[in-house]
Amino acid sequence: MTATLRGHDQATYTFPEADCSRIPYGLYRDAEIYALEQRLIFRGPVWNVLALEAEIPQPGDFRVVAVGDTPVIVNRAKDGSVHAMVNRCAHRGSTVQRALHGNCKVHTCCYHQWSFDLTGKLVGVPFQKGLNGAGGLPPDFDKAEHGLETVRVAILNGVIFGTFSEETEPLEAYLGPLFTHQIQRLFHKPIRVLGYQRQRIFGNWKLYTDNLRDPNHGGLLHMFQITFGIARLSGTGGAKMDADGKHNLSWAAQGGRSEAEAETPAGAGYGDTGRGDMKIKLRDPSMLRYFKEFPDDLTLAISSLFPGGALQQIGNTLAVRQIRTRSADEFDIVSTFFGYEDDDEALARHRLRKANLAGPAGLVSMEDGEAVELVHRAIVRDGDRHSVVEFGGRGPIKDQENLISDVPMRGFWLHYCKLMGVTPGAPQ
Amino acid sequence: MIVPIDLWFRVHDLVETYGRFLDDDRLEAWVELFAEDCRYEIVSRENRDQNLPLSLMLCDNKDMLRDRIFSLREANIYNIHRDCHVIGLVRATREGAEPIQATAAYSLFQSNQEGDSRLFSVGRYELDLVDTDDGLRIQRQIVVVDTGAIPTLLATPI
Repeated sequence: MTATLRGHDQATYTFPEADCSRIPYGLYRDAEIYALEQRLIFRGPVWNVLALEAEIPQPGDFRVVAVGDTPVIVNRAKDGSVHAMVNRCAHRGSTVQRALHGNCKVHTCCYHQWSFDLTGKLVGVPFQKGLNGAGGLPPDFDKAEHGLETVRVAILNGVIFGTFSEETEPLEAYLGPLFTHQIQRLFHKPIRVLGYQRQRIFGNWKLYTDNLRDPNHGGLLHMFQITFGIARLSGTGGAKMDADGKHNLSWAAQGGRSEAEAETPAGAGYGDTGRGDMKIKLRDPSMLRYFKEFPDDLTLAISSLFPGGALQQIGNTLAVRQIRTRSADEFDIVSTFFGYEDDDEALARHRLRKANLAGPAGLVSMEDGEAVELVHRAIVRDGDRHSVVEFGGRGPIKDQENLISDVPMRGFWLHYCKLMGVTPGAPQ
Repeated sequence: MIVPIDLWFRVHDLVETYGRFLDDDRLEAWVELFAEDCRYEIVSRENRDQNLPLSLMLCDNKDMLRDRIFSLREANIYNIHRDCHVIGLVRATREGAEPIQATAAYSLFQSNQEGDSRLFSVGRYELDLVDTDDGLRIQRQIVVVDTGAIPTLLATPI
């Protein structure tokens, strides 16, 4: 390819509609677009979910995470402050911290033993002055210029975010009031980490961010709750976004069924798909119970935070998810499940049982891995053709008071286009 | 203490049947290899090593196990595949009247409809077995998966 990326990008992949109701397939498959995203999206003016303070409670505690595909160390310094830095030695580019998690006083690169303190400063270089006057670094070598690349950190209720950009607005402004509240809601008291789940999906990461912003698929692809009569698309729920439309809250509420739903016979709207039958029962439905623990009535609240973060409440199952990209064709979902420090034994056990609903083996979520790969496989060619995004209507982005909508997908793409320097609907 | 060879053979037979039933999609028959009072759990090595209690799959009674299989049959959509369990040598021990404890390493390969095979999961089975009127049954099983990054999704049991 000899054309410049921008030229190539604009000539090949088009957004024919200004409302992003058409998304070009090529943006999910092109390795050059992927590289551009690392710079303009993940390292752009965004706050990426990094980790939870509860994962690094003590000075010296660290975890290695990723922003897009860049490995990042998150740690707590001696004074208790949280720092993040790229896990790449300033000397020769080696991985500095090889452990995934642990506790240390300094991060030491095993290659030539350069060591960095918990703020990323270079503090040790063996044989800097050589030996007996021979060898070593030049006398004007300044350690202050060779620290680890730092990632700016902001914390809200124990959730650690990081940004590479100096331009990024303050965290709460970036989240907006709704998503600031969602974090404060889930992290309203001290948490306890219950464990991790990882899933590797062989598809483009944006097929998953699309999936998170498409409530319409919930009652069509994920049939566990429909089959066993637990929930359906006609239930009470919807989607709310921030002012940009970049973040999305998909929600469903407790309190039985809405009036509209009470008048709708089971299976209505499913046509002749053979789905929507709710006559089958589980032998042990106990894990489905919801113990109310928030002041509101939400039983499902998934906040998808641009670009690759998510907060999950599925009943009493709580988790933070992070998308870690690997290439245009592969990404990981890393989920950190948690409960609260004051959970009694029964609630702690309930959360662990109810975790069966979520994650790679989740009874209501396993299908997502398959759906993403089905799309990714089929769009290998014809990058100039488009996905259709019209459930919930065209035009301006607005909150949805029902689940039969994929409007929040368009919100994501409008912001994506803004950061990538693309004007949707512009003539070519 | 290592169990006598006749008992070891019965343990070996149960573990072989376990893998074969899963590979042959006889999931309902597989459930019946478990005792009435049973627990089946898939945990990642990562969580196990950090003493974190979260599983990838947790059925702490036989009805939950039946529901899992029922849901796979009736509700869930997952990658169309065939499993192939390659289970290593079984070690079986017993202390007095305690349940028989068995461990075995496993590899689980998945093949799609076109015959593309991949290593789906590798790890170890940890089993507590009890002798019942119907023969040896699994009372408690922990599958410790080294392949903690689940490729695509985890539907059929490991």
